[in-house]
Amino acid sequence: MLPKFFEFFENYMSVVSIFFTALFYLSLAIFLVGMTRKIYQYWQTPVPLKIPTAPTPLTQTGVVMRMAREVVLFESLFKSNKWTWLFGWLFHIGLLLVLIRHIRYFWPGDLPEVFLLIQPFKYAAFAMVIGLIGLITRRITVERVRYISAPSDYLMLLLLLIIGISGVVMSFTSNHTDIIMVKNFASGLLIFDWANLPTEVHFLVHIFLAFSLLALFPISKLLHIPGIFFSPTRNQVDDSRKKRHISSWALKQEQEGQVILNETLGKDK
Amino acid sequence: MADFEIPELPTYLEIPAINEGVMQGDGPFKSVEEFQTPLGFPGKKIDNWQEVAISKMGELKSKYRSVQVFLDACVKCGACTDKCHYFLGSSDPKNMPVARQDLFRSVYRRHFTFAGKYFPKLVGAKELDDAMLDDWYNYFHQCSQCRRCSVFCPYGIDTAEISMAAREVLDTVGVGQKYCNQILGKAITIGNNLGLPEPALRDTLLDLEEEIEEETGIAVKYPLDVKGAEILLITPSADFFAEPHIDGLIGYGKVFHQDGVSWTMSSYASEGANFGMFIGSYDVMRSAALRIRKAALDLEVSRIMVGECGHAWRVAYSFWNTLSGVGAGATDEHAMKLQQQLDSRYPQPQHIIEYTYDLIQRGKLEFDKSANDDRTVTFHDSCNVARATNMGGIPNGQFILPREVIKAVCNNFVDMERSTIMESTFCCGGGGGLLTDDLMEIRIKGAMPRMQALKEVEKTNAVDTLVAICAICKSQFSKVLPKFDFDPYMIVSAHQLVSEAIIMDKPQKAVTAEIAETAETAEAK
Ligand code: SF4
Ligand code: SF4
Repeated sequence: MLPKFFEFFENYMSVVSIFFTALFYLSLAIFLVGMTRKIYQYWQTPVPLKIPTAPTPLTQTGVVMRMAREVVLFESLFKSNKWTWLFGWLFHIGLLLVLIRHIRYFWPGDLPEVFLLIQPFKYAAFAMVIGLIGLITRRITVERVRYISAPSDYLMLLLLLIIGISGVVMSFTSNHTDIIMVKNFASGLLIFDWANLPTEVHFLVHIFLAFSLLALFPISKLLHIPGIFFSPTRNQVDDSRKKRHISSWALKQEQEGQVILNETLGKDK
Repeated sequence: MADFEIPELPTYLEIPAINEGVMQGDGPFKSVEEFQTPLGFPGKKIDNWQEVAISKMGELKSKYRSVQVFLDACVKCGACTDKCHYFLGSSDPKNMPVARQDLFRSVYRRHFTFAGKYFPKLVGAKELDDAMLDDWYNYFHQCSQCRRCSVFCPYGIDTAEISMAAREVLDTVGVGQKYCNQILGKAITIGNNLGLPEPALRDTLLDLEEEIEEETGIAVKYPLDVKGAEILLITPSADFFAEPHIDGLIGYGKVFHQDGVSWTMSSYASEGANFGMFIGSYDVMRSAALRIRKAALDLEVSRIMVGECGHAWRVAYSFWNTLSGVGAGATDEHAMKLQQQLDSRYPQPQHIIEYTYDLIQRGKLEFDKSANDDRTVTFHDSCNVARATNMGGIPNGQFILPREVIKAVCNNFVDMERSTIMESTFCCGGGGGLLTDDLMEIRIKGAMPRMQALKEVEKTNAVDTLVAICAICKSQFSKVLPKFDFDPYMIVSAHQLVSEAIIMDKPQKAVTAEIAETAETAEAK
């Protein structure tokens, strides 16, 4: 059994491919386990008080609308700073479109037709890169933002920028990679039918950083993605007078009478 | 008071270049054993404070989702950096909301995250040492918990939540703030922040009745501890004494009188303000809130109403139902009794502005608006009312109702620049437990953005009256207005304007004596 296993690798996969295959699974595992743990942590941490920030929605539908505006349009950021909003939004929407376009590499076999709709968004990668350059420039040139930045804040942007640029280089210059090979490798990862990957440097850099990014999710500020959905100032309904809101620990404390209301009337009659 | 320059008012509000360390200092006066012990905090900085502080941080982040999520989610986008009035007024970068949070976050990262444990330099993780604790104490007492930053953060990160958590950690290791903790001691033992006992309160109210009768010829009553009254009024104790607060109280009394409703205050719970919120302590906040529930039960009232006070209204509107079951849905015995007792036709608790607004809508009050014709009025949205509560149960009611009340009693009203009012309102500079003379420098600097917007309407519209519905705002403005060349008496209560314009045509009623009867007839009709 075991010798056969190694034979498979020797015959079919280069060392580089083995490394990247392993890296993918490792990163994915860190991502899945880490994110599940973080989301579970947010989920089970109580919210003792009603703290929505104005303008508050008075109904659950209102909350859904508010959250949708925040997630899709970055409403609060728009109110706050138009430049940061512009670059931030360009980057995020660009990234989203680019990611959707990447499904074709991971999809085993022919792509369902709906994905053809996304084809025209090939240039989304530029939006992403422009957004990132804007954000980096802002981080460096605006004194206040520089003051609050740690090395990791620059590195994160740099990481994304290199991923973006290496991607652009592959799609829009003569440095094309072998798409069929990429597809075999990527879809192989999902259906456990491993294959060799192209070895052009820009491609390897691209996927090395992309896989690393996956692993960074649960231990970095990328936690803003689950975070926003759990943000009490944004996801609470403003109905405290109508409905009682109480956390598990406060209710327990109340039932155990930790703060005791004295029965006597005191001075008043 | 240390020497410092009072900021000049610019024509346009500019974002200052950062000036590291300008507000570095020892912070406000520290609390001492006498004030710490009654609240259950150590009397002085304990020996193993680091250990205790870190474990308290762990506890808080496991009890408050806000703290946990906010510590993780910040991307350092910088959108909040120019949103804090204390930064705009002082230019100290640690007064930028995200930098203020980072004082706490860097310690969180060091002790609770993978990246901070193994790569502290990379992610800006820091140890909680003496210098850091001093920074905490100093800069978390330069935050008025006004939540302006939260409005503008893409994830709603509310620095107020972090400030509250930090102050609770500080209290837990024995480094409390004197101003808040001393006041809280009085509030939870005597019943109000001034430490005013029942006889003194009664005298004050009697004096007030006499004064009003002398002046207007009308016997407006200020009932205290009247069992069976319909409304229990909970108002900040500042209303009992000082200008301009007391003119608001006169206004409430006139409105009640005109409506012919029976009402009372309680000597046991004679305080609307709840500083438990400022120090971030759920338990202290709850014990203050429970006094009010007890007063309501003892006095058998059917409505609870809150006077003009910003954070009091936040605690009442947003937290009372949670803390003590004023509202619906609580399951402990006292709360259930209260639910039966309170009249469900009214919102519980109700704000005095909601009450007056409702009477105006129903045509029950008449005004001679010309009585306020000598004024051109603008309205300062107090941060806790504006960003953490609602009025009238309609979207943005907390902005609409007070303005409607003012417009109903006064002909000349203008708003200040839109980006400085409503949900974007600039704090007065004295909220969140900062209303103490030992913090005068930051109070004045923090008032600058509000003063700038006020100067603008003074120039363009000849505004000479500033209305606020918060005791802290009123006190703070009385102090800081003259520093920016304004008349300190231009700050008034909304109900002072009501008081000046209201037409008192009601035949006098003997409110106190036949209270039981009035309550019955009120019910019958
Ligand atoms: S706006 Fe929010 S996410 Fe951006 S730096 Fe400020 S706190 Fe962090
Ligand atoms: S809550 Fe208000 S005072 Fe505190 S950091 Fe935010 S804007 Fe500044």
